[in-house]
Amino acid sequence: MSAPLLDARGVAKDFGGVKALKDVSLSIAPGEIYGLIGPNGAGKTTFFNCLTGLYAPDGGGFTFAGAPLKASAPHQAARRGIARTFQNIRLFAHMTARENVMVGRHVRTRAGVIGAILRDPRTRAEEAAIARRADELLHYVGIADRAHDLAKHLSYGDQRRLEIARALATEPRLLCLDEPAAGMNATERAALRTLIAGIRADGVTVLLIEHDVKLVMGLCDRVAVLDYGQLVVEDVPAVVQRDPRVIEAYLGAAPDEAGQGGAGEGGHA
Amino acid sequence: MDIFIQQIINGLVLGSIYALVALGYTMVYGILGLINFAHGEVVMLGALTAYSTITGLLGLGVPLPLAALAGLAVAALLCMAVGYTVERIAYRPLRGAPRLAPLITAIGVSIVLQNGAMMVWGRNYHAFPNLVPERQYDVFGATITLLQVLTVLLAALTMAGLMLLVLRTKLGRAMRATAENPAIAQLMGVDVNRIVSLTFVLGSALAALAGLMVSANYSIAHYYMGFILGLKAFTAAVLGGIGNLAGAMVGGILLGLIESLGAGYIGDLTGGFFGSNYQDVFAFFVLIAVLVFRPSGLVGEKVAERA
Amino acid sequence: MAAAPASAAGRAPVSAPIPARVWVAYAGLALLLALLPWLVGGVLGLGNAWLRTLNFAVLYVMLALGLNIVVGFAGLLDLGYIAFYAVGAYMYALLASPHFGLHLPAWAILPAGAALAGLFGVILGAPTLRLRGDYLAIVTLGFGEIVRIFLNNLNAPVNITNGPQGVSGIDPLAFFGVSLAKPVVVAGITLLPLAATYYVFLLLALGVVFVTLRLENSRIGRAWVAIREDEVAAKACGIDTRNIKLLAFAMGASFGGVAGGLFAGFQAFVSPESFSLMESVMVLCMVVLGGMGHIPGVILGAVLLSLLPEAFRYAAVPVQKYLFGHVVVDPESLRMLLFGLALILVMLYRPAGLWPSPLRKRELKRSGP
Repeated sequence: MSAPLLDARGVAKDFGGVKALKDVSLSIAPGEIYGLIGPNGAGKTTFFNCLTGLYAPDGGGFTFAGAPLKASAPHQAARRGIARTFQNIRLFAHMTARENVMVGRHVRTRAGVIGAILRDPRTRAEEAAIARRADELLHYVGIADRAHDLAKHLSYGDQRRLEIARALATEPRLLCLDEPAAGMNATERAALRTLIAGIRADGVTVLLIEHDVKLVMGLCDRVAVLDYGQLVVEDVPAVVQRDPRVIEAYLGAAPDEAGQGGAGEGGHA
Repeated sequence: MDIFIQQIINGLVLGSIYALVALGYTMVYGILGLINFAHGEVVMLGALTAYSTITGLLGLGVPLPLAALAGLAVAALLCMAVGYTVERIAYRPLRGAPRLAPLITAIGVSIVLQNGAMMVWGRNYHAFPNLVPERQYDVFGATITLLQVLTVLLAALTMAGLMLLVLRTKLGRAMRATAENPAIAQLMGVDVNRIVSLTFVLGSALAALAGLMVSANYSIAHYYMGFILGLKAFTAAVLGGIGNLAGAMVGGILLGLIESLGAGYIGDLTGGFFGSNYQDVFAFFVLIAVLVFRPSGLVGEKVAERA
Repeated sequence: MAAAPASAAGRAPVSAPIPARVWVAYAGLALLLALLPWLVGGVLGLGNAWLRTLNFAVLYVMLALGLNIVVGFAGLLDLGYIAFYAVGAYMYALLASPHFGLHLPAWAILPAGAALAGLFGVILGAPTLRLRGDYLAIVTLGFGEIVRIFLNNLNAPVNITNGPQGVSGIDPLAFFGVSLAKPVVVAGITLLPLAATYYVFLLLALGVVFVTLRLENSRIGRAWVAIREDEVAAKACGIDTRNIKLLAFAMGASFGGVAGGLFAGFQAFVSPESFSLMESVMVLCMVVLGGMGHIPGVILGAVLLSLLPEAFRYAAVPVQKYLFGHVVVDPESLRMLLFGLALILVMLYRPAGLWPSPLRKRELKRSGP
């Protein structure tokens, strides 16, 4: 394995005595699709929030692309190349789909107040590039036809796609997806899977929180399992889904189904 | 030392009035997440109604205690009616509208009440009659009047009663449930509209009492008195942690103390550069400091995210 | 100014041609604005009082557009906005009046006033911008009151502001050596001071409109709206929300500062009374009533709310005389009462404002927010 893109060391987070994360260490290699699974309340989203700077971890920290990540500075995480989506979709509801993606370009563009007022050639060129890139990304995730609709009027699946397009607009090296398949039907899930695989193929590393075991096992190169804020196991899907601790903690209720779901595709990566 | 005690006494009196008014803001905010900008004007209506009732009855030869009680009753009834009407007309239709819309109607109501009062009572200051005998007591070298004692006592009793109502009765439980989550409360069989109306009515009754107290203590009633008083009381509510009943009381008392102590000592502290005319500044400086360092207020424990 | 109506410009493809009727409408509007002083003063015969009102309306347009950046774009509720107006006004009053014996030129004071007001905006914003909406509203309200109280009291022991009496005898506005206090002759046409002032104000207001339109459809403008819509998501998109919010505060404040300077030069007198909380509330009402975040709506709101109360003032006495034969109630309170009622009614029937942005309007029709 090459030098990791992301290295989490001993990350801990308490919420008033409740230990949401206990000493979580894991590392993600460049170009991987890395799955993070675990029962509800296991600390997956908390881990995301620490990673993307929305929470300050109470212990440990992250190294990203060789340099430490500053805690609790979300905009800097984005600048460093970490983008995310949210479990409970957070779009700019009263902006159009296109404008949502354009906002994603903020961190990679520079025009300020003076440029905005004067609209000098450089600002105009930048603005045109922003719009062009937004259109490309909308096309890339497959919702180009909804570009001028308000974000809140998109279907649930399209909103998830729009969030991914917005995250991609920040030119991330690591894309963190928080339950992107939640609430999607089978067709939408299949399309999402193709999309995520495509994003990886384009060179973006993906960190995926997901409840859909089939999706995770089929798509991810490696999977980590969190339970009660602790890392239970981290390995390739084929190994993870046979691990007795995982079966007990998470898949326990229906080991057969989980086994079947991933078995055929476990070694895919 | 006696100046210190004197300022504490003055601060307590002022603070208990702030607390009564602050309760009205905080109850409404707790349940609706709305700043009832017009609440200060309800206080003013209470004071002026009490003034007219009391002077009218005194003119008819009604004995003073009876006139004072009648004044309070009439003021409370009128304020309750106004509070109820305002909620029904200006706030209820806008539940779920953009967040600033009810703020604007509140401002509109405030303007209407203020100018309506000016039409009825005119622009003049009205001398408020003495409601209790002018008796004074010495406390550690400072003086406290009977009126001040009664004001603080009555405010304390009223607040205790309100706390009992909210914490110990079925109605209070429904209020707390509505404040926590109106949608769930509705599902659990709470008539949320009724609770909201009741909250406004209760808050307005407190406002009437506060209005009477202000006017009795400062011997004046005026159509413009509600504005700055409302502002201060709202500050007190935020100071204590808005939406929190105990917070409103603590915040009110504290603000009263800060103001009177600040006004009493600022001259000494700044070598005479700033005088007591900066009294009003303290309220706002304290408010800003509290919000910056402890945004949930002094007593507030949770900061509910309201969109 | 060449852009199509504000909200459409950023959304429609950039190259969309502007229909001829829009150009006609713009031309008509321009003509109306240019001829307004004659219409008001000459044709309608309304006289100087209405010309003054007109000038104030233009000032309020500037103020409302400045506040709109803060409230409408960035979604930060500011109830102390008038403080920045006060800063600009006192800056002008102190640097160009007999009070200190200073008589600096307007072209120097106005930008300095804008800068100082902007600085005040940053000073106020830096510690408070992480507060939630309602708390921010109250802190800004407190700030506005603090500024007013200081203006009221900074006459002793050192007389800086001259206290409640205010500063009088302020130099009239003058640009390029031409004073607006005397009739101005332009191309053979003599403009009376009020009309000349109107054109200067109008020019500056158009500048403000231009700047806000440009900002709205820019990287910065999108960042403001993103923060208004969802601050967490905005942060995750890499927006430094603190700095971008401060920028909104500073921009809005500096517009207020310029308007304040113009006010001082126009009135020749400033006193703390002009900068009460009610004024902040009034400007906020203009923004919300017109249609928050929608520049044409905000302009409409500012014009309506500065003209309506004046109209009520003139109507209050004659209407009463006609109805009752004599004046029954104080006309001043009657007009404010009507004004308050108007605020309530408009909000009840048009909660998104009189002229909301087309997108938002569509929004309200489809569903509740």
